[in-house]
Amino acid sequence: MGRTLYEKIWDKHAVLEQQNQPSLLYIDLHLIHEVTSPQAFEGLRINNRKVRKPELTVATMDHSIPTTDRTLPFRDEIAKKQVDALEKNCRDFGIQLFDLKSRNQGIVHVIAPELGLTQPGMTIVCGDSHTSTHGAFGALAFGIGTSEVEHVLATQTLKQFKSKTLAINIHGQLPSGTTAKDLILSIIGKYGHDFATGYVVEYRGEAIRKLTMEERMTVCNMSIEMGARAGLIEPDSKTFAFLKGKQAVPEGNLWGEVLEEWQQYYTDEDAKFDLTADFNAAEVIPQVTWGTNPGQVAGITETIPKLEDMSEDHVRPAIKALQYMGLEPGTPITEIGIDKVFIGSCTNSRIEDLRKAAKIAHGYKVAERVEALVVPGSQLVKKQAEAEGLDQIFIEAGFQWREAGCSMCLGMNEDLVLPEERCASTSNRNFEGRQGRNARTHLVSPEMAAAAAIAGRFTDVREWPVKERKEVSLQ
Amino acid sequence: MKSFTRFTGIVAPLDTANVDTDAIIPKQFLKSIERTGFGKFLFYEWRYENDREKPDFILNREPYRNAPILLTRKNFGCGSSREHAPWAIAEYGIKVILAPSFADIFYNNCFKNGILPVVLPDQDIEILFRNTREIPGYQIRVDLENQRIEDSFGYMSEFEIGSYRKDQLLQGLDEIGATLQSSQNIHSFESSHKIYYKLGAKN
Ligand code: SF4
Repeated sequence: MGRTLYEKIWDKHAVLEQQNQPSLLYIDLHLIHEVTSPQAFEGLRINNRKVRKPELTVATMDHSIPTTDRTLPFRDEIAKKQVDALEKNCRDFGIQLFDLKSRNQGIVHVIAPELGLTQPGMTIVCGDSHTSTHGAFGALAFGIGTSEVEHVLATQTLKQFKSKTLAINIHGQLPSGTTAKDLILSIIGKYGHDFATGYVVEYRGEAIRKLTMEERMTVCNMSIEMGARAGLIEPDSKTFAFLKGKQAVPEGNLWGEVLEEWQQYYTDEDAKFDLTADFNAAEVIPQVTWGTNPGQVAGITETIPKLEDMSEDHVRPAIKALQYMGLEPGTPITEIGIDKVFIGSCTNSRIEDLRKAAKIAHGYKVAERVEALVVPGSQLVKKQAEAEGLDQIFIEAGFQWREAGCSMCLGMNEDLVLPEERCASTSNRNFEGRQGRNARTHLVSPEMAAAAAIAGRFTDVREWPVKERKEVSLQ
Repeated sequence: MKSFTRFTGIVAPLDTANVDTDAIIPKQFLKSIERTGFGKFLFYEWRYENDREKPDFILNREPYRNAPILLTRKNFGCGSSREHAPWAIAEYGIKVILAPSFADIFYNNCFKNGILPVVLPDQDIEILFRNTREIPGYQIRVDLENQRIEDSFGYMSEFEIGSYRKDQLLQGLDEIGATLQSSQNIHSFESSHKIYYKLGAKN
């Protein structure tokens, strides 16, 4: 019988398989950052163990670092301690680190694809749940805990039980004015935010093939928000074209060899998934979350659902969520006003995202009383955006233009949403307290976030009067 | 890691679905490079207001204050991969979590920290919630060896757990040590496994 993409990657990386025991899976790329790695290195030291393959580990600083002027000393001493610890650990164990001075620094899930480290058929892990992002390239990528980080450092392998497989077949095409973010939020809204727990999900179908690589990353990034172990998309000519010429991708004679290797990674026609689900992309409209999990979401033309329209098990969580969010059932989404806007995070901080947000913002001003931040995903994204003049569009419109990092996605640095403030955010999690104590998060696409910044409330970006730029063309 | 033994303890009912890792341990406490010190911040936003205990929160009420068993709703531990969540739970003294379902990474992380997550059918969870309401100081006995929980009022249930994970808890396995025993296998795998990215040159 045929195999799924997941099974092919698994088979290729299984070092040891035993009955009733987790398999030993080889890890091709281990990404680490300052927050979930210090305790793993400490464990190595205590047990006098080495890093087995330092050349397969890459480190960056992203979670707790400031996004303001990098020449100034850290104001947060504990964050500084984490950064210093990472520096020392990388030095002591011979690991490549992209530190704050590096032009390759950025959010871990943004930099690996842009450097070409993320490639089809690989196994990739990181002490961060949004490692699922890399699945957009047909790599098996997932988040692990710190004990597992230590295990991978010491052995370059991971003990894993095989996951079940889920195919989500996405038919049709996304209507214009809607984005990959709206697609994945709609899917989570339809099926629920724990629907894929225990599964590796492969996104399939016409709508997925039509997406750009950056859009595919947005989709795979949020796989974890429906509970999935990992998200996968079959690599295709777009994947190969994206990678060609990237810094870490081989050139010359080797290019032919890698291409041949990558082309083996697809799901066979007669392969069987443990579960399949269908979704029609043509029905997607711009989405805004109204609750405290990503499944509590509505279309921009809709209202917050009335309790009587919900299924029984949704009512209690909805009451609690709405109380936290300071919202009433039945409120039209377009009547929700906002205080903050965050455009960034590993979901939506790549160059295409910034171009799309800039297109909306161009020629407008951020509403009074709204504080809006644009935080590029990496230094390379930032440089590219500046070369295209996007920074100027944002700055002229009244957005703050920051250095690369996770920033307000999780508010571990100074970029916080204050208690009871309402934020339109392009990130991936709207949990209680995620962006700050009692902060109210609404997840949206970059376009929707930019439009909300200007209008001061949520507005249907499909009707937005775009002011075209004359000088530089935005492709 | 200490091995897991049979014990009897008070059940604290946390009647909330989808308890996420941000609720278990808020990120302002992740800025530590240590593995300990998280227990006092467990459920911080729910337990404290302006650093004072909120009297309503279940773990601030007697007899639940040091309850070793937590009873909760579906999808417990969803969200981030942070192992700080099970670290905080273990350090607080919770040894067993009963729920209809758990998030994947969290479930996995529990076993590495001596916590037993027990998946029970919805109707059992309902019975247990009812018992905590009706029986003051409600206790159950947890027997991992025989995969069984029971109270002294006639409730008994067997639960599923993989044999590997069970041993992991019963014996307090050093997983890395065990894997290093397979170094030879890893070595021979590496000799024929190709990795195509190249690091280094320019940064
Ligand atoms: S941007 Fe947010 S979700 Fe992504 S890695 Fe950083 S903190 Fe995690």
